[in-house]
Amino acid sequence: MTDVTDPPAPLTGDDAQSTAHLEWESIAIFREVAAEFERPVLLFSGGKDSVVMLHLALRAFFPAPVPFPIMHIDTGHNFPELIEFRDRTVAELGVRLVVASVQDSIDQGRVREESGPRATRNPLQTVTLLDAINEHRFDAVFGGARRDEERARAKERVYSHRDEFGQWDPKNQRPELWRLYNSRHRRGEHMRIFPLSNWTELDIWRFVAEKKIDLPPLYFAHDREVFRRDGMLMAVNPFTPMMEGEEAFTAQVRFRTIGDATCTAAVESSADHVDDIVAETAVARVTERGATRADDRISEAGMEDRKRLGYF
Amino acid sequence: MSRIAPLRFATVGSVDDGKSTLIGRLLYDSKSIFEDQLEHVQAVSTRRGDEYVNLALLTDGLRAEREQGITIDVAYRYFSTPHRDFIIADTPGHIQYTRNMITGASTADLAIVLVDARQGVVEQTRRHSLLVALLGVPHLVICVNKMDLVDYSQQRFDEVIEEFTAFAGTLDLHDVTFIPISALKGDNIVDRSAELGWYEGSTLLHHLETVYVASDDNLIDVRFPVQYVIRPQNTEYHDYRGYAGVVAAGRLRPGDEVMVLPSGLTTTIASIDSPDGPLDEARPPQSVTVTLSDDLDISRGDMICRPNNQPMVIQDIEAMIAWMDSTAVLNPRTIFTLKHTTRSVRAMVTELRYRLDINSMHRDTEATSLALNEVGRVTLRTMQPLFADDYRRNRVTGSFILIDESTNLTVAGGMIRTSM
Repeated sequence: MTDVTDPPAPLTGDDAQSTAHLEWESIAIFREVAAEFERPVLLFSGGKDSVVMLHLALRAFFPAPVPFPIMHIDTGHNFPELIEFRDRTVAELGVRLVVASVQDSIDQGRVREESGPRATRNPLQTVTLLDAINEHRFDAVFGGARRDEERARAKERVYSHRDEFGQWDPKNQRPELWRLYNSRHRRGEHMRIFPLSNWTELDIWRFVAEKKIDLPPLYFAHDREVFRRDGMLMAVNPFTPMMEGEEAFTAQVRFRTIGDATCTAAVESSADHVDDIVAETAVARVTERGATRADDRISEAGMEDRKRLGYF
Repeated sequence: MSRIAPLRFATVGSVDDGKSTLIGRLLYDSKSIFEDQLEHVQAVSTRRGDEYVNLALLTDGLRAEREQGITIDVAYRYFSTPHRDFIIADTPGHIQYTRNMITGASTADLAIVLVDARQGVVEQTRRHSLLVALLGVPHLVICVNKMDLVDYSQQRFDEVIEEFTAFAGTLDLHDVTFIPISALKGDNIVDRSAELGWYEGSTLLHHLETVYVASDDNLIDVRFPVQYVIRPQNTEYHDYRGYAGVVAAGRLRPGDEVMVLPSGLTTTIASIDSPDGPLDEARPPQSVTVTLSDDLDISRGDMICRPNNQPMVIQDIEAMIAWMDSTAVLNPRTIFTLKHTTRSVRAMVTELRYRLDINSMHRDTEATSLALNEVGRVTLRTMQPLFADDYRRNRVTGSFILIDESTNLTVAGGMIRTSM
């Protein structure tokens, strides 16, 4: 079995797809969760990772429909293009959508909104997410996080246990051997599942190109009114008031990540076709979160601290 | 597209061995470190007063790790060259983190063990190599590091090979490659070293790019554990019944005669389905859906194999296990949930035959329990049969985990043995 004199065979069929091995692994994770959990849900933001995740789920259960709903944690501070894309996707692919709204959490007094020009609802999402998980009694929550995104995520398991408060204990993670995932948990606890753990940003784009997957237009170069803040290009939007000295101008931009409009910045780019983006990503010298995520710049352990509390 | 299958490799060792420097080199020289990551690491290194840019900060992702300056957990890192994609499982080398090393090695195609050229083979080298052999990692690379500190001496390199070969003869290692390097100076990592002109082999990166791992898959014994049954229940696919899973071994083709365990009934493969259409063949580690010519009662946990090549159907199991629970020791007679392929069964550890000292390889037959990070030979009795192979023949159908039924923790990893 370990005959190393065997010459490398040319790739044929399925192997010719550069992301084939990753896809096989992700599909196996989806099927394993569907078999072992009672109430899974897939977190869907309309961002590229969640779109790829949804397509992998469709492929995992083909020709049967996806046996669980998708859930959007809606901050209310969305790019309009994103909501339009979400609703179109749901209609075309025939999946069931659950929306959990941060505005509702604010109205119910569960969270208090920040104020000022730098206000963001990003951290408030954790409460809305955990409330929705409780309400619907979801026991497995698929997230699109990738280990290449961030250092704390590089250490997270594919099956990541959450206690009854939704908290992650990074020092007490279960060992994950071979591909034997441990789904056992107590009532009221849940598992976050990361089927894209081993994908990189480039893999996501290769897959989008190879499978001709439709994404929100925000990912492709377009002219947009922006302003400069903290060295990043923020879109002019009703939820992020401009401060003194900030000036709006039009630039050709695209988004490498898409979150809430208040914390996602654009990059200057002329890549308006998926093949151009694959090429641009292959030579990118700055990580996607470093380039465009205001929320990740909080502190050295910003992501780890938010994740401990139950963030995505 | 001429890319070959991605390579998953584990790096084993501690900061002293130069492991972080080696990974930093691989990432940096292959242009896989991003500018903002490097700037961040430079800024933190300066603030901490480090003499050099501490590339370990790239991989040490948890707050506790940065505070203590150690690697606690397995960190996964990704890089690619024009020829191949790589997944690195960066594992800590100290004995108290053995379980993390085992976790990283369990899915690795190749392991890199670093040896300090000045010290040669030490206790840590023996422990790491033993675990690599135990976990059945098909390829091992011994990087003889810090060659710059022994004047790039060929004689010293040859001595290290001799030392290693002398002790490793008893280990189950199939493919061992020795490469003289200096991670700090970059010798033989990505570029050939002018100082090591006497060395005629590959650089480390070239070796990683070209090592052929598809032949490590067992293509002889057909093993397809049924993971999930796909029944669309709509008018278009009214009678469709597909058995979904990962091919664990062998090649499946439409028309092949197959047997289903535990029923022992035989039928033929009608089709192998994927979302892009039917396939002519499926092999490890593809995720596919198989349909059969006859309507049999098959569910998750069943095994599809060939009538003339079946796995063992066993309830009394011989295995090596690695104990991973920090809250309790293994005492024989305890009952666990055992997960093997897509089957979960209850199991009792009936006997601890011996504890293996992973430094000296001594077998302690007097041992009565296993503590965290200890490895031992046990027998287990399961309540339902497993469809299993010896781990050395098949890493998928030969492996299992034990789960504590009260804490729900994964407490052990096991490797099935059919002979001593």
